Amino acid sequence: MRSFEKRLNDFHARGVEVAAISVDSNQDSGQLCASQGYTFPFLSDPKAEVIRRYGVLHPRGGEDGHDIARPAEFLVDATGTIRWENLTENIRVRARPEGVLKAIDDLLAR
Amino acid sequence: MKRNWNGFVWAGFAVVLLGAFSFLFLVRFPATRDFPWVNLLLFGTGLVLLAAGLRRAFLQSDRYRGKVSGPVLSLLSLTILGLFCYGIFVLAADIPSASGAPRPGSPAPDFTLSDAAGKPVALSGLLKKNRAVLLIFYRGYW
Repeated sequence: MRSFEKRLNDFHARGVEVAAISVDSNQDSGQLCASQGYTFPFLSDPKAEVIRRYGVLHPRGGEDGHDIARPAEFLVDATGTIRWENLTENIRVRARPEGVLKAIDDLLAR
Repeated sequence: MKRNWNGFVWAGFAVVLLGAFSFLFLVRFPATRDFPWVNLLLFGTGLVLLAAGLRRAFLQSDRYRGKVSGPVLSLLSLTILGLFCYGIFVLAADIPSASGAPRPGSPAPDFTLSDAAGKPVALSGLLKKNRAVLLIFYRGYW
């Protein structure tokens, strides 16, 4: 997240908005954004409904056994089509902004 | 003759501890998080120091201490390294596969969720204002 915030201007320059999604409440997301200085939207999916629809549910993966999201990144174009995705196999290894920016430059013609 | 303090043993253990706990900091950077090479390098350095300390403790036991602390700290270090590797390479990879995720080329399910301020945000709304949207699903802060 920190690395995406740092490169946010590069995403916006390409006309790409970044949005983060988790089961965290609005309050928790607000605290996270305030403490870390995140300026892109953090969306709350407390019942993991959207997370489930995107096939990235990690059942009972969270504290107290509640359902959370597994890390994943999707690039959606203006027609609502998924153009690129990254479904990691290790929660430690996630997409890096430079890789996503390259995918954007390769996939989305200006 | 008073035997010397076996500094290699303790230095080795200290470097192993540094190898474990520095991950709490290094996890912030993708270059040291995706593969924890700095930590493994520290573990390796610590184990080499411990081996040198053990060697000294047993082969030059008339000059150096460490016949007890050496094996104990070595065993502790190997346990720490084992737990570290288990957490990093086994537990962190213990996530369900995302085989049900929509593939590239298929439509992204539309949704409306509230942002940190409680304001509703729709994917379709974001797509009207932008050329594309990058959705980052994450585990959560808890």
